[in-house]
Amino acid sequence: MPLAETTIDTSALLPESLRDDFPILQQTVHGERPLVFLDSAASSQRPRQVIDAVTEVYERDYANVHRGIHVLSERASDAYELARGKVQKFLGAKYDHECIFTGGTTASINAVARSWGDANVAAGDEILLNPMEHHSNLVPWFQLAERTDATIKHIPLTDDGRLDLDRLDEVLSERTKILAVTQVSNTLGTVNPIAELAARAHDAGAVILIDAAQSAPHLAIDVQQLDVDFLALSGHKMCGPSGVGVLYGKQDLLDTMPPFMGGGSMIGNVALDGFTSAGLPAKFEAGTPPIAQAIGLGAAVDYLTEIGLDRIAAHEHALMEYAYARLSEIEGLKILGPAPEHRAGLVSFVLDQPHAHDIAQLVDRHGIAVRAGHHCTQPLHDLLGITASTRASFYLYNTPGEVDTLVDAISQIVSMFKPSGRKRRRKPDEA
Amino acid sequence: MPSEDEIYQEHILDHYEDPFHRGHLDGATHAHEEKNPLCGDVVRIELELDADGKIVDCYFQGDGCVISQASASMLLEEMYGKTVEEAMQYSAEDMLELFGAKLTPNRQKCCLLGWKTMLQAVHSPVK
Repeated sequence: MPLAETTIDTSALLPESLRDDFPILQQTVHGERPLVFLDSAASSQRPRQVIDAVTEVYERDYANVHRGIHVLSERASDAYELARGKVQKFLGAKYDHECIFTGGTTASINAVARSWGDANVAAGDEILLNPMEHHSNLVPWFQLAERTDATIKHIPLTDDGRLDLDRLDEVLSERTKILAVTQVSNTLGTVNPIAELAARAHDAGAVILIDAAQSAPHLAIDVQQLDVDFLALSGHKMCGPSGVGVLYGKQDLLDTMPPFMGGGSMIGNVALDGFTSAGLPAKFEAGTPPIAQAIGLGAAVDYLTEIGLDRIAAHEHALMEYAYARLSEIEGLKILGPAPEHRAGLVSFVLDQPHAHDIAQLVDRHGIAVRAGHHCTQPLHDLLGITASTRASFYLYNTPGEVDTLVDAISQIVSMFKPSGRKRRRKPDEA
Repeated sequence: MPSEDEIYQEHILDHYEDPFHRGHLDGATHAHEEKNPLCGDVVRIELELDADGKIVDCYFQGDGCVISQASASMLLEEMYGKTVEEAMQYSAEDMLELFGAKLTPNRQKCCLLGWKTMLQAVHSPVK
C-alpha cells in the first residue's frame, strides 16, 4: 500500500486568528496543556459575538415576546423575529414563518412525527429510515410506527458506509409515507445526496425530512434547491446557544398539520370548550419560547454567514483529509465510514487496543477532547460489529497542529497497549 | 480530584494483558452476563459451585474498557475458592479498594460491572 498523503491543503484553511473569537479555547487544561477541542459534533463552542448577543438581550432587551405592550417586550419580540428572518435566509426558505423555533433537532423531529405523522401515517404505511441515523431520527419514528401500526424500512448501507442508492427501489414504494434521513452522519461522516433522495422520495409520493444537526453548522444549505419538506437543526452545534433549534417545513405542509403542543401563543381564540389555532409560526411555538437562545442563534447565523459556509466546509474538509491520512498510518487503527471525498469534517475510529473510553480518557491527559461511545448510533455500531468508537470532529476553529497533537497522543496510546508480555503477580495458591 | 494518570497503573495494565481466568468454563453451574448500556461494556461470569456453596472455579469473558475488564479479572482472582456467602458480602467499596486506582463516579460504574455480574451469577443456575 502506498504511504498516505500527509500534507495539508493550507490554501483551504481559515486564518488561525478566528480562534481569538472563542474565549473558551484560550485556556489550558491539566496544567499547561492547551485545550484541543475535537468534540464539536457533540456540541460546538461559541464566539464572543454570540455570547455578547445573548448577554445584551438579558442586560438590555429581555421580556416575554409577543405579549407585553411595553418597550422591552417590543424590543425582545423584534429581536426574536429578526432572528427568525436570519434563519430563513440561512436555510434559503421561501417564508420566515416556515422556520419554527424549537428546543433542538430532537424536538423538531418529534414535532413532525407527532403532528404530521399522526395525521398522515396509518397501518400498512411505511416509514423509510437507514442504519446510520442518530437515535433522535429513529426513536420518534419507531414510536410513530407503534402508534399507527406502520412499518419501518431501512435503506441498506454500502460496505464503506454510504446509502446504497442502487437498492433504494427495494425499500421505497408508493407505501412509503416519509423518508427521514440525515444529511451528514454523526458517526461515519458520510454526506448523503439529499437532492437526489428528495427527488426519489417525491416520485414515490413520499415526503422527506432531513436531520441537519451535523450539516447546518458546516455546509451551505438551500431547502428550496434541495426540495426537502422538513429540516431539523440544533443551535448548539452551530456556534449558537443550547436549548434552541429550528424546524423548517414547507408552508403548505405546516398549514395542514395540527399543532403538536397546546398552550399559550399557539392559539387564535380560546373559549371554555375549545380553541382555534394561531397561524404559522406561532401554531407550533406554544409557551414561552427560548427567547435569548433564538436571538443568540441569529447571531451565530450572522457569524457563520460572514465567514462563509463554503469556506468553513473547505477548512474542515482539509483538516479531515489530513487527520484521515495521518490516523490511517497508525497500526491497528481502523477508520469508520467512507473515503474522504464522501465525508464531512469528522473521523471516527477504533483501535485493536484499548477501548474507546480508555482512548478518550488517555487523550484527555493531553488536553484533547474527543467523543467515545456509540454516539447515539447504536444500531450502526451493532451493524459494524463494534460496541464503541472514538470520534474526532472538526470545526472552523480547529487547526492542523491540533490534528498532530491528536495523532501523537493516539500513537503513544497504541505503544502503551502493545502486548508487552505483562504478567500479573500470581497468588501463591493460584490454580 | 482523582488523577487520570492513576487509572492506568501497572497492576491494572498487568491484569488487562494477563487476565486471571479469562475464557469459558465448561463445568459451569452458574452464570450471568451484565452490560452497561451507556458505554456498551459487557462482562459474563461463569462459576462452578460445589454442594457447600464454594466457588471451586470461575471464569469471565467480556468486551469493554481497561477498567471493566481488569477489574473483572481482579475480582475473580479474589473470589476463587471463596464461598457464595463471602461473595455476597463483598461490597462495592471492597471492589473499588481492590482495584486500587481512584475513579470518578462515571468510571466507577466500569469498575463495578464485574462485581454486579458476580452478585447475580451466584444466584443464576445454568439451566
